[in-house]
Amino acid sequence: MDRHLLSINDLTRAEAFGILNTAHELAIISDGTLKKLPTLRGRTVVNLFFEDSTRTRISFESAAKRLSADVINFSAKGSSVSKGESLKDTAQTLQAMGADAVIIRHGASGAAQRLADSGWIQASVINAGDGTHEHPTQALLDAYTIRNSFPEYTDSFEGLRVAIVGDILHSRVARSNVLLLKKLGAQVTLLAPPTLLPVGVDSWGVETSYQFDEVIPKVDVVMMLRVQSERMLDSFFPSEREYSRSFGLDSRRLDLLPPRSIVMHPGPMNRGLEISAESADSHKSVVLAQVANGVLIRMAVLYQLLGGQTLGDISSVQPITQVANK
Amino acid sequence: MILKNARLVDGSVVDLRIENGVIAEIGTALVKAGTLIDLEKNLLIPGLVDLHTHLREPGREDSETVATASAAAVTGGYTALSAMANTFPVADTAGVVEQVFRLGQEAGLCDVFPIGAVTQGLNGIALAELGAMANSIARVRMFSDDGKCVADPLLMRRALEYVKSFNGIIAQHAQDPRLTVNAQMNEGIVSGKLGLTGWPAVAEEAIIARDILLAEHVGSRLHICHLTTAGGVELVRAAKARGIKVTAEVTPHHLLLTDELVVGYDPVYKVNPPLRTAQDVEALRTGLADGTIDIVATDHAPHPTEDKDCEWQVAAFGMLGLETALSVVVSAMIDTKMMDWAKLVDRMSIAPAKIAGYSAQGQRIAVGSAANLAVIDTSAVWQVDRNRLASKSRNTPFHQMNLSAVVKRTFFNGLQVFNDGEVLNRGGK
Repeated sequence: MDRHLLSINDLTRAEAFGILNTAHELAIISDGTLKKLPTLRGRTVVNLFFEDSTRTRISFESAAKRLSADVINFSAKGSSVSKGESLKDTAQTLQAMGADAVIIRHGASGAAQRLADSGWIQASVINAGDGTHEHPTQALLDAYTIRNSFPEYTDSFEGLRVAIVGDILHSRVARSNVLLLKKLGAQVTLLAPPTLLPVGVDSWGVETSYQFDEVIPKVDVVMMLRVQSERMLDSFFPSEREYSRSFGLDSRRLDLLPPRSIVMHPGPMNRGLEISAESADSHKSVVLAQVANGVLIRMAVLYQLLGGQTLGDISSVQPITQVANK
Repeated sequence: MILKNARLVDGSVVDLRIENGVIAEIGTALVKAGTLIDLEKNLLIPGLVDLHTHLREPGREDSETVATASAAAVTGGYTALSAMANTFPVADTAGVVEQVFRLGQEAGLCDVFPIGAVTQGLNGIALAELGAMANSIARVRMFSDDGKCVADPLLMRRALEYVKSFNGIIAQHAQDPRLTVNAQMNEGIVSGKLGLTGWPAVAEEAIIARDILLAEHVGSRLHICHLTTAGGVELVRAAKARGIKVTAEVTPHHLLLTDELVVGYDPVYKVNPPLRTAQDVEALRTGLADGTIDIVATDHAPHPTEDKDCEWQVAAFGMLGLETALSVVVSAMIDTKMMDWAKLVDRMSIAPAKIAGYSAQGQRIAVGSAANLAVIDTSAVWQVDRNRLASKSRNTPFHQMNLSAVVKRTFFNGLQVFNDGEVLNRGGK
């Protein structure tokens, strides 16, 4: 793995599975007596958030703290776009503060890559969501969650069928998930009204469909995306009700899902719009597991980027055997 | 002054005598007292003529001035520029166009012809005083809201009709504003992957199609700025076949670069209209070679470093062009054997001067023609270095690229204004 995690494209299939495996080991350790690992003691991790996202920030913060890193939260909402402080000035400030890793959330697609490529800063850059481009740790935690539900896909996702439903056009979660799921071998179907599928989607190597009811009986995983009601004002769809009827996961569609299938959502959910309360709270839903796994995956990413260690090194920090006794 | 051993586009090698800013004699073994410059069989062509230049003065002198743009022009072999109207204040009155015209004369390196705004303040609502600008000392004939599209069809119709009385021409920046809300790059496979809002080809083509029909309806002259799409080339080709008075330009960067370059999100590739696909580039080259596209125009758009050293979305649109235009066109069109030098001279000098009515520019090399000339080493290759440009700005997408053909000398009205990398300050008027 490179010094940065900007896109799923930065990872090979083996590296992606490596992160999932590291997260798995960390899960075993975290369930044990030791909640905190000393790995990143003395290292500084900055949460640089140009967009509000309490969930993602807390997830990264708690991941960094569990690895004993010092965490600085830098909320720079709106400062760049409003031409107050530029991304460059912010980056140079963080560099002067001695940041070892910068976790950036930004409304502009490509902002994480600009930060990494510009030479403004030496730190590792982790993309925590850039505009409508990518959100790689979300895809990794989703893959981890899927693997926990389907142990038969531990080493490969060949044969796994995933439907991603909703606003693909504006979704960084969808882009990262398509890249990662395909890399791991899964078969992906995108479901959306034609207005919310990007031009060029036919080159993504995925199936697309407008008919939720036809696809739903044939999937192992259904991943619902958050739909912004503002999209309605731009005529991407006529009304919330019409969207919900065509692409919402209601209880009728929940019943069409195969028995072992799972329901995912990156949150925050619009209950009653893209997902009904029954579906969100059903036994098929793994939404809360996604949240919990987010911390593990982000620990694994920080661990690999900053610690530079392989799995073997984890055992030296905290012997696996000790946990295995549990 | 005698220019010895000048190679012309037909391959002949001649000597020229320049007197009072005019080519007075062409022959062999011309001898006369006074200055003698040996051109060493380098190619002698009419000075290049640009119909689309952003000089930034007045208003954004931090990025370029009329003087620095003039220096960049002669470095690139140009002897005439056309100053786009989107300055601060906008060139929408006789006063502003006369100011720009005078600044050009003061710089004294090349002709600077102002382009007038079509609408007041580029607001797209009400016509600017086109007649006053036409009758000013700047004698404006070309009008454009470039940077913005004259989107209102009724206003566009009126503008096309109105300028007929002084044989004016409207240069349209073809971009439907509703189809390009927040647009960042060409809409296609790359924009979908990068999550950047797409700028569809149809946003350009819909306006071109509409304006061709308007120009036909009112019998006026229409010029399409910076054509970028294969579909646009087809529309212009069909219009010309029907005898409609439409001309079109292409920029050097759209002849060479594609939207794949945006993958790293480096804003040096952010430009309006956006870089398109390889298929579009191919269609533009074919269109330029067969004459569907009449001319090359630079759309030279200087920006200070801070306007490009940022996130893609907040960066300014635009690229430098004057100093690299000739070499980029040579690389795209001559090295690929799609055009010869005679055609290049037509597309970059003769045809643009004719469209805009610049009578002392774009003249063939003949006795009696104004001595606006450029000398080119056609076999040399050079590497672009953004830190060694005559322009005040650095936003060239060709940094560190190796390009064909080097401008050795430029003559403006019979005076040498550029010699082997150095702009010669003649003091102006």
